[in-house]
Amino acid sequence: MKKDVNYSREHIAYLKKLTKKKTVITASRWLILIIFLGLWEIFATFGVVDPFVTSSPSRVIKTIGSLYENGSLFYHVGITLGETVAGFAIAVLSGYTIAVILWSSETVKRILEPYIVVLNSLPKIALGPLIIIWMGTGYTAIIFMTVIVSIIVCIMNTMAGFASIDPTKLTLMKAMGAGRGATLKKLIIPASLPSFMNTLKVAVGLAWIGSIMGEYIVSKAGLGYLIVYGGQVFKLDLVMTATFILCLLAGGMYAIVSLIEKLVVKNFD
Amino acid sequence: MILRFDKISYTYHTKSGETAAVRDLSFGVDKGQFVSVIGPSGCGKSTILSLAAGLLKPSSGQIIRGDGEFGYMLQKDALFEWRTVEQNVFLPLELKKRNTAEMRAKAVALAEKYGLKDFLKKSPSELSGGMRQRAALIRTLAAEPEILLLDEPFSALDYQTRLEVCDDVQSIIKSEKKTALLVTHDISEAIALSDKVIVLSSRPAHVLAEHIIDFGDSPKSRRNNSEFAACFEVLRKELGI
Repeated sequence: MKKDVNYSREHIAYLKKLTKKKTVITASRWLILIIFLGLWEIFATFGVVDPFVTSSPSRVIKTIGSLYENGSLFYHVGITLGETVAGFAIAVLSGYTIAVILWSSETVKRILEPYIVVLNSLPKIALGPLIIIWMGTGYTAIIFMTVIVSIIVCIMNTMAGFASIDPTKLTLMKAMGAGRGATLKKLIIPASLPSFMNTLKVAVGLAWIGSIMGEYIVSKAGLGYLIVYGGQVFKLDLVMTATFILCLLAGGMYAIVSLIEKLVVKNFD
Repeated sequence: MILRFDKISYTYHTKSGETAAVRDLSFGVDKGQFVSVIGPSGCGKSTILSLAAGLLKPSSGQIIRGDGEFGYMLQKDALFEWRTVEQNVFLPLELKKRNTAEMRAKAVALAEKYGLKDFLKKSPSELSGGMRQRAALIRTLAAEPEILLLDEPFSALDYQTRLEVCDDVQSIIKSEKKTALLVTHDISEAIALSDKVIVLSSRPAHVLAEHIIDFGDSPKSRRNNSEFAACFEVLRKELGI
């Protein structure tokens, strides 16, 4: 938008209205958060709710402070974050590879389809005991849990992205004599980039579910561990604190993926 | 003769049965000729182009091809939106392993000659429908095909753009001395563009009539020629509309 353009009165009013609307939305968002935290704090202070059970914003901050002081804050955060990011990366990469293989052969795809459908519906937590026995009680088990929770959706979403490519473009590639490999490289992969970014967004959420679930089943450290431990010893401040940090981390990771999406997908419309 | 169909038949097979799309179809295209194939919709016109390009194998009969490659132009321009116009034009060069500096320079020269100079570095989304179809034509020409197969390339455009692009494409093909085989359901388009019009029957398609068109020297002058209406009537009757 150029500044030296003289807009009509009507257009200026229209622009003002847009800005106003945006301000209202942003302000309302913050207001909801502030009111929620404020009421929570007030109710806890004046005994409307029992802070032993509900905790309170000030107690959460205090807990973060003490975790930071005894040096365990970044230790737990680092472990959970590492497991999640590792599981996420493995799930996305291998999911994409499997989707490419399934795309290359219609027959293989049809053979494996029922297995994928069943694995997708299976509640992965059911595999918990098996995972402990197979992988032990270390990080590997948790990363494995993260991978199996997110990989199936990665495969299915990527395949759906491949399938939604304009058939005219496929015909064009064929008419220009492109083989499977060239079609994949020049058309399928770039054309499905926007849908791949969407897959990443879904996978981020699932990876967090996977890693926390893994930590619930088997762990000696991490945010999921803090939540389980806090629950067992009735330290609900700890549970709330770990949950709060999880919110921040999951939101942050989603924001990073959204940012990458914006950078990558700007040439598509 | 650069392309000849000799008693070609083609049958589609699906689970629910088989459909004879083309039966005993014979016609020829001479070098430098612009030939149109018209027929009722669903008569297997696109099948003919796929057969000509070798994407489909005929059930029986023989297709004789001269030297040189085929270039395909489709209903939709199918430009890749993640590539610039220039990169789109280079696509067939990359695929045919002829992505040399010389071929690229030729393709750019071709694009510049036909008014795409200012658009080369732009995204296809910044082009109008007519310009996009022109870019698609330049992409097809970049690989230096001898014969162009045009599958209703104007049908997705609105009427005004369509007349414009249609004349545009014809003049580019003529001035580059290429051979063209166009399938269309639009009678006036066929008359305006072609040296020869082949009329097909409904499915299974075979040749009902062939007409040599030799009045007028450009699509525009043809549309304004007094013979146009008479010719239109003849074709319309043959198609049974």
